[in-house]
Amino acid sequence: MSPRYPKPPEGSWTEHFGLDTGPVSYADSVSPSFYERERDAIFKRAWLNVGRVEQLPRGGSYFTRELAVLNTSIVVVRGMDDEVRAFHNVCRHRGNKLVWNESPEEETQGFCRQFTCKYHAWRYDLEGNCTFVQQEDEFFDLDKADYGLTRLHCEVWEGFVFVCAAPEPEWSLREFLGPMITALEGYPFDRLTSRFGYRTEVRANWKLFMDAFAEFYHAPVLHSKQSPDKYAAAAREAGYEAPYYAVEGPHRLVSTSGVRFWEMDPSSLKPMEVLTRGGLFGPWDKPDLGELPAGVNPGECKPWGLDSFQLFPNFVILIWGQGWYLTYHYWPTSYNTHIFEGSVYFSPATNVRERIAQEMSAVTFKEFALQDANTLEATQLMVESGYVERFPLNDQEVLLRHLHKVVGDWVDQHAGAPA
Amino acid sequence: MLPAQFADLEPFAATWSLRTERERYATRLNVGIQEMRAFYDAVTPRAEEAMTYLEQFPLDELPEDAVNLLHLLYSMIEVSFPVEVWHQPRVPDSGSAAFDSFTEPRP
Repeated sequence: MSPRYPKPPEGSWTEHFGLDTGPVSYADSVSPSFYERERDAIFKRAWLNVGRVEQLPRGGSYFTRELAVLNTSIVVVRGMDDEVRAFHNVCRHRGNKLVWNESPEEETQGFCRQFTCKYHAWRYDLEGNCTFVQQEDEFFDLDKADYGLTRLHCEVWEGFVFVCAAPEPEWSLREFLGPMITALEGYPFDRLTSRFGYRTEVRANWKLFMDAFAEFYHAPVLHSKQSPDKYAAAAREAGYEAPYYAVEGPHRLVSTSGVRFWEMDPSSLKPMEVLTRGGLFGPWDKPDLGELPAGVNPGECKPWGLDSFQLFPNFVILIWGQGWYLTYHYWPTSYNTHIFEGSVYFSPATNVRERIAQEMSAVTFKEFALQDANTLEATQLMVESGYVERFPLNDQEVLLRHLHKVVGDWVDQHAGAPA
Repeated sequence: MLPAQFADLEPFAATWSLRTERERYATRLNVGIQEMRAFYDAVTPRAEEAMTYLEQFPLDELPEDAVNLLHLLYSMIEVSFPVEVWHQPRVPDSGSAAFDSFTEPRP
């Protein structure tokens, strides 16, 4: 069967991007020592997205993030000057975790005028300056100016808050994102603020789950029961191909063609989709977002379904043609576990029917993601067994190949890496 | 708990008028598929009328009984997957995997 969409002149997307076509190893996903190298070579150098500005609505708003991959907890706060800053969440006096509630390993959020340590009541303002030391006279030559909170580099792009744990970042955030991602500037992320967020710990290496969402080759098979019989049968017959891929620096993109579900035969739809006018592809009634920036649907797919932008290392922005978007974050907690967060963002509902369609779309996303997550645990178990070491990848799986190659390159090229 | 014209759904309200997705999902796993089907069969024929009823209010100014009705519709969506697709409470082959909702719009 010939491909339904044209391939690049090289004959395949894989060769077009200069990638090898041989079988791959997932040794990078089953090794504690490789994970330690990834932490230093990638996560401590790259810009990492830790949230959005809507989580910090006014001066004094803050949230904490537990970042096991950096072996730290951070507090992100909007100052009275409106600037967003990030600090290691540690009191400079005796090292107590500064901001937490009830249980120190859990993330928290809120609003405050200053941070006060629970241990000896040292205080810090929202800019991180130490402003009060209990019984300051008892210390020896202590200058509070030397004991401000320890900052991480923090920059905001299109409302997404990024941090970089390197002492000096090697790139500004916009340099790091590069032209493919910055071409999304102007997309109405600031208007799509109605958020459904889901979180789970997955017993698989973070890259294996990124791989799962980097190809749609699995969709007709793994998710066949999610679709009514008639549609599932047609999908199995045709297989799945994406029309467009792009790679730029460490980042990558896959776009899909669109399906107008609501014009399909009713036997191809779930009754609840018809009732709620929502589903996997989002609410059927699309909000008017105006003209979208050139970075959206750069392959000019028509009809266009979605763009899945994978931002190195662990962040995905998935823009749906139906006028909403998803984010995925994969936060490693060990070589074979990570915390996955999926967030669904819609334009705030203005009436109950819009809200119902959004609920259906968000819950459908969750059902699909649950299937994906468990498949990954099964993959991790058997790749880790080590009896099979070489795995073939097809051209629809080109982005997996790119992710593992970029990870390997960063680890190999990192200064101090063993030869 | 519900507006008077939805009195027929009142027997389901205590179990299914739940404020958060986390509670709705937990209930889905706790009650049997038969009970979910009974709820689904009762609520889906009334859903269109319920949405029309709820549309008379601004979304952020729903009276309490209307919010309960809206939560009942969210539960209808939650149980539609086990009832229409899986024929069991859990997503098949999902093992111990769970997705915990940590934020959602209100109402």
